[in-house]
Amino acid sequence: MDTMTKKKTTHKNPKKLRVSGAEAIIHCLLAEGVDLIYGYPGGAIMPVYDELYKFQDKLTHILTRHEQGATHAAQGYARVSGKVGVAMATSGPGATNLVTGLADAQIDSTPMVCITGQVPRHLLGSDAFQETDIIGISTPVTKWNYQITTAEEIPGIMAKAFFIAKSGRPGPVLIDITKNAQFDELDFHYEACTGVRSYQPTPVVKAEALEMAADLINNAKKPYIVFGQGVILGEAEKELKAFVEKSGIPAAWTILGLSAMNTDHPLNVGMVGMHGNYGPNVLTNECDVLIAIGMRFDDRVTGNLESYAKQAKIIHMEIDPAEINKNVQVDVALLGNAKETLKKLLPKIKKNSHETWHNEFKLKYEEEFKTVIENDLHPKKEGLTMGEVVEEINKASKNKAVIVTDVGQHQMVACRYAKFDQSKSNITSGGLGTMGFALPAAIGAKMGAEEREVVAIIGDGGYQMTIQELATIYQNKTAVKIVVLNNDHLGMVRQWQELFFESRYASTVMTNPDFVKIAEGYHIKAQRVSERKNLKAAVEEMIAAKEPYFLEVKVEKEDNVFPMIPSGASVSDIRLK
Amino acid sequence: MEKKFFTISVYSENNVGLLNRISGIFLKRHINIEGLNVSKSEIKNISKFTIVVFTTEDWTRKIVAQIEKQIEVIKAFYHTDEEIIYQESALFKIASHLLFDERQIQNIIKESNSQIVTVSRDFFILAKTGRRHEIDEMHDELEPYGIMQFVRSGRIAVTKAAMPITALLNEYENNN
Repeated sequence: MDTMTKKKTTHKNPKKLRVSGAEAIIHCLLAEGVDLIYGYPGGAIMPVYDELYKFQDKLTHILTRHEQGATHAAQGYARVSGKVGVAMATSGPGATNLVTGLADAQIDSTPMVCITGQVPRHLLGSDAFQETDIIGISTPVTKWNYQITTAEEIPGIMAKAFFIAKSGRPGPVLIDITKNAQFDELDFHYEACTGVRSYQPTPVVKAEALEMAADLINNAKKPYIVFGQGVILGEAEKELKAFVEKSGIPAAWTILGLSAMNTDHPLNVGMVGMHGNYGPNVLTNECDVLIAIGMRFDDRVTGNLESYAKQAKIIHMEIDPAEINKNVQVDVALLGNAKETLKKLLPKIKKNSHETWHNEFKLKYEEEFKTVIENDLHPKKEGLTMGEVVEEINKASKNKAVIVTDVGQHQMVACRYAKFDQSKSNITSGGLGTMGFALPAAIGAKMGAEEREVVAIIGDGGYQMTIQELATIYQNKTAVKIVVLNNDHLGMVRQWQELFFESRYASTVMTNPDFVKIAEGYHIKAQRVSERKNLKAAVEEMIAAKEPYFLEVKVEKEDNVFPMIPSGASVSDIRLK
Repeated sequence: MEKKFFTISVYSENNVGLLNRISGIFLKRHINIEGLNVSKSEIKNISKFTIVVFTTEDWTRKIVAQIEKQIEVIKAFYHTDEEIIYQESALFKIASHLLFDERQIQNIIKESNSQIVTVSRDFFILAKTGRRHEIDEMHDELEPYGIMQFVRSGRIAVTKAAMPITALLNEYENNN
């Protein structure tokens, strides 16, 4: 079994070629620079798979063990590499299994193209074997979708699909292709798509809005930046850093903005949101100018909108016009790509330091440190905490790992404590909150950045939702490191039950299998840690491993994640305990 | 914020599936579509959706933003009833003998400015174009005599102000 390696062969666009629709699909993928796709074969997509077999020297196909795994792997690949992730499945159940990944990619703005096979055109609508209306089903969870029923449509639609997936605010596109279109022949000619007349992906920031924003920022006494994934997607990390450093404005991240700026940067003050840091949440309601960069005022960030930053003038840098005034009324909208907007804004900003204001964040941090952080990272109690495991991973990986998290307590703890010194390092399901995301996403992340250490941090609940992807890891020798933080509960739901449902743990206690044996069954080296004295060495051994490695850490069963903004409460009402 | 009728005009490419995408935006927010009409527009190969909703202006604005975000949508606008000229059409199928036996029926036809589209041995068809309340009034007047079939179209509307779609399309053509 060979280690999976991406094919480096360059593909020459065939100028004029008589090919089958299935072969045309491969040529389109190659012309778009795709060298790796994830998927699962089946009847309605078999002609394309047959072509993949013939083109395997140019295009690697990774067989996941479930179509959902294919989408999350494609997402992980896209998020780390900045390229479009590609997933493929057959019709019917194959196609419907893609839906969770599509919905996840849609809400987290991940560029992805999914290709599904479909019954032949003459059988459409006849309830044929493995027929589903995947166009109808996927419409609300895709940026765009299209059903190809003739071979001639393939090059134009595929080009449009890639253009739409990656431009403006990125998102998932689904192309459904009937079997007759895969068999039929066409004269192939490919031209990359550069524009669609009804689609203006990147608005140009208006000069007067820039002036208004600069004026507000230069006259602010307590300005505050909250940055999101728009910075990463817009490749505006350098511009953000320059803006923060020149203006001296404290900056906080949303869960998907994490890693856009070094976590250790002195002006990086922490995370906003339900389990974010104390200062960044409370001081949202004390700043006089709030500068939102590439974020969408998600309800997990704002808490109760009635009391969110009401005292502040709000500047919103955003590429998607539909996000302006959707949740929060803004005073200045800077519509455009974050990189271009920040570049144009920077010369208009006066140098400042805002030391007194910044000290308020420091004081709040000290309070949080004493009450929460110290106990999470250096606990005195016997049981292991999730925080100390994340801290050991930081140390062993020297803050250089890509951290892929699933959904739940471990996700919040990882996003609070993981340290990053480069962008595109935090891969998590932010908007949809998809349990089962991390294991396949980590596979994609590792394949998207083979030179980087990729550590998946997963809860015992989410792990078992896509645990079958251990076979994908084994088959491809994908050197991901898997850490399951096992508290034998669906931890986050249990926390809510404890706090808001009088500790009635309805269906959140989990009797788990022997995870180490399961990993070993998939021929993956595995270890379990349940005592603090063994944690450091185990994490170091895992990071040092050149092959995939599984580490189970038995953590405290009933630990809670704090701070916490109770659902529907104000950011000012964040609880430290 | 006060709820009232808003008319949403959507200029789009004529593509299969777009109606599903647009209607899904209303479904997602649990807003009922009161009227829907799709037709060709004043611009060649460009379709126009006319959608009537009863909701707040804030919701309408957000819905329009979501509609505009769809790839095949060129531009969407919303208007209050005061900003547009609008009409609906209706067809009434009525038993033929009533036309001769009930004198009041002829008065209703005359006063409502409706047209007799066809008359057969068993029934005749009345067509009425106007505002919804005018059609409703006519319906209420005819109902006691017996309406065999009734159907009303979605609203069609044009704005009093200009809709700069052609300029938008020209701008695109010049930029590409």
